Amino acid sequence: MQNEVRKPKQRSAGDDPPDSPTSVGWTEVCSIALASPERPFALEAGVSIAPVVVEYEMYGQMAPARDNVVLVVHALSGDAHVAGWDRNAHTTGRIWRTRHPGWWDTVIGPGKAIDTNRYCVIGSNFLGSCYGTTGPSSINPQTGRPYGMSFPVVTVGDWVRLQTKLLDALGIERIKGVVGGSLGGQQALEWALAFPERVERSIVLAASPRLSAQGLAFNAVGRHAIMNDPNFCGGDYYGGVQPATGLAAARMLAHITYLSEEAMHEKFGRRLRDKEKPDFGFGMEYEVESYLDHQGRSFVERFDANSYLYITRAMDYYDAAAQWGGGDLVQACRRIKSRVMVVSFSSDWLYPPEHCREFALAMCRAGKSVTYVDVPSPYGHDSFLVETKPVGHLLRHFLDGE
Amino acid sequence: MMTRKDLPIPEATAALAKLLARRIDPSLANLEPEKIEALLAQPVWTESGVGPGSEHADWQDRLIESRVPEGASVLDLGCGNGELLATLMARKNVRGQGVELDSAAVLESVARGVPVFQSNLDAGLKGFADQSFDYVVLEQTLQALHRPVELLCEMLRVGRRGIVSFPNFGYWQIRFDLALRGRMPITPRLPRMWYDTPNIHLLTLQDFLDWTDANHVHIVEGHVLAEGVVREMRAGDNLYAEEALLVVENG
Repeated sequence: MQNEVRKPKQRSAGDDPPDSPTSVGWTEVCSIALASPERPFALEAGVSIAPVVVEYEMYGQMAPARDNVVLVVHALSGDAHVAGWDRNAHTTGRIWRTRHPGWWDTVIGPGKAIDTNRYCVIGSNFLGSCYGTTGPSSINPQTGRPYGMSFPVVTVGDWVRLQTKLLDALGIERIKGVVGGSLGGQQALEWALAFPERVERSIVLAASPRLSAQGLAFNAVGRHAIMNDPNFCGGDYYGGVQPATGLAAARMLAHITYLSEEAMHEKFGRRLRDKEKPDFGFGMEYEVESYLDHQGRSFVERFDANSYLYITRAMDYYDAAAQWGGGDLVQACRRIKSRVMVVSFSSDWLYPPEHCREFALAMCRAGKSVTYVDVPSPYGHDSFLVETKPVGHLLRHFLDGE
Repeated sequence: MMTRKDLPIPEATAALAKLLARRIDPSLANLEPEKIEALLAQPVWTESGVGPGSEHADWQDRLIESRVPEGASVLDLGCGNGELLATLMARKNVRGQGVELDSAAVLESVARGVPVFQSNLDAGLKGFADQSFDYVVLEQTLQALHRPVELLCEMLRVGRRGIVSFPNFGYWQIRFDLALRGRMPITPRLPRMWYDTPNIHLLTLQDFLDWTDANHVHIVEGHVLAEGVVREMRAGDNLYAEEALLVVENG
């Protein structure tokens, strides 16, 4: 029976199977309590929270000196399951994990760009998410019911501080590197700024020191869709019907920002879905409509609407210059001691190259050496996950270099 | 293989050589006739065959290495595959920063562990603070820029000293090649046809010296590759230098 459970069905053809020599194989989630009522976790918002439980995963051997850890930080909808195949996906109800390996399996594994033969890779789910770490769907000890919107507002700074608590608990003083894309890239940046002594190399992919006004606007519309879903009930929908329509709409909108005009044209064009002529109606007429619909539907099966609100808010609030340089990014960069690589993608319009570049330029102005690469790619913001070859090359060499 | 002697109307080329010697640049008169003979006996360089690569191909890198002091900060504009900076970082404990536009070259630099900023030099050095590097290197890149003078100025703003090198179009072999063949010269260092060469602002050593004079830029030292020898620059090198490397600073 156990063996039956382990066999994922409908695995995608391009995925690295669990028995592949380059796969980290079957993975187990780990969970750790990092704050208790006696020692609560203080948040940037001025309040504290307890208990705090963090879900994380670890692959590869930790060196005796504990100096080979690479922390992989995830983006908005990500989780601690960064590589390999979740052994317990069925028992935990995370069925989607039976179909795909971890979200960055293409670059993490034995012999892959982030080589688990060399590095001990840690993935950690951030606070406010819905994948094992304490979040709005967790039980509020004060009420005995899920937090919902009584969950405190969390920030990128809080996430990174909590990650250091996790490392403390694991006895890791300094990490070899921190790597992330998008909102994960902002965490990697925050790591360099907030804990300059604790990180050797920071890799920031498809992320800028702050979200643009346009980005804020997209997040606002996403939240608007969720909060105006009739099932939202002020965030107190647990045990009832999820605000699935709103969450799906938010996801559909976000997905548009993850692609580029060119990528959409390539992928779908104006093709009609399974038909030659239009139906003159309002069903799924176009391929692109059907794609977004699918993205929305599959997302609501695996994500919590309240988490979406909290995470997008954290994304909105993040401003590296304001946090660490009194508004001056160059001043902020003077703190940085790690080696930094910033990678943008030519067709990314959510975190456009010019904005990613700003951070790299500020590093230069602060008198620090920096690597900045603009990868030519048609895939928009998603490029950081899609462009495995150049990204893999950069990760490998930047991490392994002298 | 076709040599320059086989070019059409040899009498005309000889006459042209004399004309050049007398009218265009008096220093040409100092060229020994054997040199011209030797040149005429050489095969014509074409795009497909540019002759043997010079044994001095990396003379500029070696010279820069000898000039940059231990622990200096060096900004290499158009750093290519990062070789120079990698050497300087390894041997001279230099704080290096490269700037390069070409994606493949950028990946190679990263593979060498060289911090590289992917950017178009023609966009200037806006991100870099005044006098923030000890040396700014512009090796064999000046002639490929859309706005070479702007970058030279930027270079001296950002760096305390600039190191500039370029192929000298005043080199007598190039002059003859253009004069005799009537076609853009092709040399081992300038191996591309006119339509696909990245070199769009060709200059002579004298052109550069004129510019430094007019702009109060001081030449700290100059070195040339002349007739197969690397040596210090001296008068008349506009004719003899195949390549030049100059260390400059604001006067």
